[in-house]
Amino acid sequence: MDFVNTLVQGVMLGGLYALFAAGLSLMFGVMRMVNLAHGDLAVAAAYLVVVLLGSSFLPLWLVILIALPLFALIGYATQRGLFSRSLKAGPLSTLLVTFGLSIIVQNGLLQAFSADTRTIDFGALNTGAFRLGPISVSYLGLLTLALAVAVIAGVQLFPSRTRTGRMMRAVSDDADTASLVGANSRHLYAIATAIAFGTVALAGIMSGARSSFDPSMGPAQLIFAFEAVVIGGLGSLGGTLAGGAVLGLTQAFAAQIDPSSTLLAGHLVFLAVLAFRPQGLIPQRAV
Amino acid sequence: MTLLEVQGLDVHHGQLHAVRDFSLAVDAGQTVAVIGANGAGKSTLMRAIAGSHSPTRGSITINGADVTRMPAHQRMRAGICLVPEGRRLFKSLTVEENLDTGAYRAAAGPWNVDAVMELFPWMRERANQNSASLSGGQQQAVAIGRALIGNPKILLIDELSLGLAPAVVKQMYALLPDIVASGTAVLVVEQDVSQALAAADTVHCLLEGRDVLSGKPADLSRARIEQAYFGLTSASGQTVGKGH
Repeated sequence: MDFVNTLVQGVMLGGLYALFAAGLSLMFGVMRMVNLAHGDLAVAAAYLVVVLLGSSFLPLWLVILIALPLFALIGYATQRGLFSRSLKAGPLSTLLVTFGLSIIVQNGLLQAFSADTRTIDFGALNTGAFRLGPISVSYLGLLTLALAVAVIAGVQLFPSRTRTGRMMRAVSDDADTASLVGANSRHLYAIATAIAFGTVALAGIMSGARSSFDPSMGPAQLIFAFEAVVIGGLGSLGGTLAGGAVLGLTQAFAAQIDPSSTLLAGHLVFLAVLAFRPQGLIPQRAV
Repeated sequence: MTLLEVQGLDVHHGQLHAVRDFSLAVDAGQTVAVIGANGAGKSTLMRAIAGSHSPTRGSITINGADVTRMPAHQRMRAGICLVPEGRRLFKSLTVEENLDTGAYRAAAGPWNVDAVMELFPWMRERANQNSASLSGGQQQAVAIGRALIGNPKILLIDELSLGLAPAVVKQMYALLPDIVASGTAVLVVEQDVSQALAAADTVHCLLEGRDVLSGKPADLSRARIEQAYFGLTSASGQTVGKGH
């Protein structure tokens, strides 16, 4: 039964990684850019929720409902004001700009909240679990997995089922020609970034409830998200879900054998995929 | 009345002075052709009118409203839509999705995805196919359809015949009267002189960025057009050089 238990915990952990990775994958698929501040934004969202919960009488669900659109708005503004300028100058400058943003967010959080670890109080959800035979399934883990599947399905369907999504793919194919049919690439890219920021905020909040966090955690989150994207296949959202699951399972089984090798095992699987199957498990364009 | 008016347009392509002091007027219901050899500046002129390329001097007005500095994505709303050189379909989109991009900022009018599929019945069967799997002529039809669906006041077509078989070129030109009848003026750029002369009400001949000859096709002799096209002599009779 240990095996099945590890399997379940691993898949749920993978759901969290996939949730982290969805926005990263979307931004790469649409704009061919990697946002190195992705993990730090997740941590910032978790802090925002802690602050809102502490300073008001708003219930948790309302705080989350405020935080997610707020992050989407920040994403839209960041794209229009910052990323779109750097994208014009080329991929290297975009990488540097997001790297700089990562440092700013990290140190800003450190300045404002100190290095103390925090956690988001989800009430009974934080520790609650139900038993499925001999296996204990946490509500939070299951909720995270469900959200990951829903977010990835949504982000996958949006470009194919909506006109705005189709225009996003058109702009990604050929921005110059798309402008001839009236598509403003800066606006459409900003919508993609808004979705990415919204989903990473959700990931940060779920992660912040699952375990404690501090301002320096962002880069580690980014690495897990990035590994999930690469294992699954760059730009493929279905692959991202699979990649998250592979990463989660690897870490869960490694922890079972030797807890100190948990993270190492995940990185080794990532390197093995890069070496032997660089196109990822499910190679395909997301958009 | 004048629908599209281009006055004294200069366009630079880096160091190259691609279009020089060019003027042109298109009235509603008209078909106007700009002919010229490869590198005469035709595509640059079209891109400037569509907003993809900023002119250095001159003005572009549509129904009297100045659009010279308007970004490309807003010109669709102003009533200008360009079928770009080389078709430029969106390669990750299906045929139907490509057509549907035309509806994104479309004006009200007779054209929509259904009307275009009526015009090209084969599109219905291939609606869900990837646009990259189409032949050149089919891609051109989708590109024209995509532009038409925006219901522009004036449709710009860059190199309608380029890379197409003669029979297909004929079919494409046979469409123009239908398009004009639906209320859209057409400005077409061509290397294929005979097709352009047959279809157009007015023709302009571009040589090294200059308008060297213009008028109604019936008023222009073959010899004068050939001279202007190849730059043997300018319309005023001066030698402007050859072998370009």
